[in-house]
Amino acid sequence: MWDYTDKVKDYFFNPKNAGVLDEANAVGEVGAISCGDALKLMLKVDPVSEVILEAKFQTFGCGSAIASSSALTELVIGKTINEALNLSNQDIADFLGGLPPEKMHCSVMGYEALQAAVANFRGEEWKDDHEEGALICKCFGIDEGMIERAVRMNRLTTIEAVTAYTKAGGGCLTCFDALEGLLAKVNAKMVAEGVLAEAEAYKAGGADPAALKKKTQAARSAENAGNAGRAAVRAADVAPSPVSPLAPPPKPLTNLQRIRLIEETIEDIRPLLKKDGGDCELLDVDGSNVLVKLSGACVGCQAASMTVGGIQERISARLGVPVRVIPAKSH
Amino acid sequence: MSTAYLDNNATTKVDLRVVEAMLPFFTEQFGNASSIHEFGAHVSKALRDARKQVQTLLGAEFDHEIVFTSGGTESDSTAILSALECMADRDEIVTSKVEHPAILTVCQHLEKIGRAKVHYIGVDAFGRLDLEAFRAALSPRVALVTLMWANNETGTIFPVEGLAELAKEVGALFHTDAVQAVGKVPIALKDSAIDMLSLSGHKLHGPKGVGALYVKRGSRFKPLMRGGHQERGRRAGTENAPGIVALGLACELAGQYMAEENTRVKALRDKLERGVLETVPNCFVNGDPHDRLPNTANIAFEYVEGEAILLHLNRAGIAASSGSACTSGSLEPSHVLRAMNIPFTAAHGSIRFSLSRETAEPEVDRVIEVLPGIIERLRALSPFWAGAQKAAKDFKPIYA
Repeated sequence: MWDYTDKVKDYFFNPKNAGVLDEANAVGEVGAISCGDALKLMLKVDPVSEVILEAKFQTFGCGSAIASSSALTELVIGKTINEALNLSNQDIADFLGGLPPEKMHCSVMGYEALQAAVANFRGEEWKDDHEEGALICKCFGIDEGMIERAVRMNRLTTIEAVTAYTKAGGGCLTCFDALEGLLAKVNAKMVAEGVLAEAEAYKAGGADPAALKKKTQAARSAENAGNAGRAAVRAADVAPSPVSPLAPPPKPLTNLQRIRLIEETIEDIRPLLKKDGGDCELLDVDGSNVLVKLSGACVGCQAASMTVGGIQERISARLGVPVRVIPAKSH
Repeated sequence: MSTAYLDNNATTKVDLRVVEAMLPFFTEQFGNASSIHEFGAHVSKALRDARKQVQTLLGAEFDHEIVFTSGGTESDSTAILSALECMADRDEIVTSKVEHPAILTVCQHLEKIGRAKVHYIGVDAFGRLDLEAFRAALSPRVALVTLMWANNETGTIFPVEGLAELAKEVGALFHTDAVQAVGKVPIALKDSAIDMLSLSGHKLHGPKGVGALYVKRGSRFKPLMRGGHQERGRRAGTENAPGIVALGLACELAGQYMAEENTRVKALRDKLERGVLETVPNCFVNGDPHDRLPNTANIAFEYVEGEAILLHLNRAGIAASSGSACTSGSLEPSHVLRAMNIPFTAAHGSIRFSLSRETAEPEVDRVIEVLPGIIERLRALSPFWAGAQKAAKDFKPIYA
């Protein structure tokens, strides 16, 4: 039996806000019966203040899926749309006192349903692009298609990078063999197509899962430390990032330099996004928050979190300080 | 709160007589069966008796055809690897898509390291083997055919005696994983073409950690464990005397209770299925209605997820299991139900109730009492239920 917290059990056995919300004006549906879990999130949003007045859910899924859905409704009620969008799947898991690693995808489902509901409220289309390809990472529900896209888009050549960009392998890492095989396969294809040098390509057997797992955990705690220190970073705007995989620039950047670097990074990414029918535009830089506008296929794409995460990762690497990329409401 | 243990295909309660029989072998009878002195001689005799008890239950011709092991998994691995080693000029294995992981994982590994080519034969909607595909896969290249006697999830029985005859025609060895079948279906290996059979102690009210592999006299065999003369050199290592004594008695008792399994226990199982099917809409029984273990009921509930059902059942004091993905931490539902082409709408919500001679009627009544309410609650939560096709009382989808 799973090691569920008492709060997970309570929210499963006595779910709050379960049922249909007839006056809902923001509805998000994610998952499918074939995946084993699906969630329909219904919100009643005040059109003027954009405050979420009521939230209800219907869920097909296991204990933690139902508990996560219920927790999500509790978390969003009373928040504005924009406040709610700042919630991450980790917030849902934290609210429940934690979830077993294999069940983290239940909280991701909640996060996605919220994105979908907001898109629906704003009259945008939210596209569920969960492909039929083989599921690789079961913790986070990442399939072959998503990983292949991230590997190609970002020329990833290590397991660590794949985990950073897609979350695949970030949990129990029992998918190591499959992940490794897929990365080697995609890299080999890229070499054959002439878009990747042979020497750079990942070869099976090039990583040790036990060491990787330790590293992932270390990186996670470093990231948490980074988040906690964000305010301080904003004030100084210069601290070298503990998470940056690239060498930080030697000298502090001026605001103008930072904005230019951010612009350049986004320009670099745009052709790739456009190839997939999407686009990204820089709207504003506010301290360590980078506001972007995603358009085209990027809007409401289930991979949006991945796209945003990818952009965030690149900008952070370029600046040498952690930033938070926030997809803004389109004007 | 009254409890109901209906997960006997996972493991069974050790019979108290079995516990008593094994205890002296931890204390006074601690000798090593291989020793020349009196301490060893006594243990050695006890092992001989246990071997005969297992032989009798299996209807084997000779007691030395029984090799004691640590359980079903070791027996399965031993059988597969032995066959490949003995048949050096053959490198194919024929098995089915619905085998236990103790078989499937080994086969997949052998494929991965290039040691064997494996044919995974499919099944129909009732879980019955595709005989045409099976015949087609047989050839003089096949070293081993390994097919389970009874399926652990659905209870569906394969006609292994006949399948073994077919394997013989191409000169292949035949092994059967009979872990779920032993003690529930009559077995007479003496007159069969079966070369090897795996069984496990803890599925028949014996302890965990002990099992046996039957190896027909004259069948070619290579040991998995080397390093001692025990079990006639077929399984090295000092014998697990308490476990083996326990397995022997468990087998003898299983023989005595086999009739009960097929009458009283079967009647309880049928009552459970009837009771649930009559009160819960949109559910059906998985498995072969005509040839199934008497103790197993696998019921699919549409539009609900298995783990959620199990959590509610557990709170009501009922232990069962599911082929649901979420229970095991994988996202794919049971490979057995998927091989049977049970739609996702139902595969995720399939629950296995498995009874035993320890099962009493009130346990079954308790399930019939609480299950309809649980399913109704979860369906009210499910976004798919409102739009679902409500089935008639006598719901019989084509796949069931």
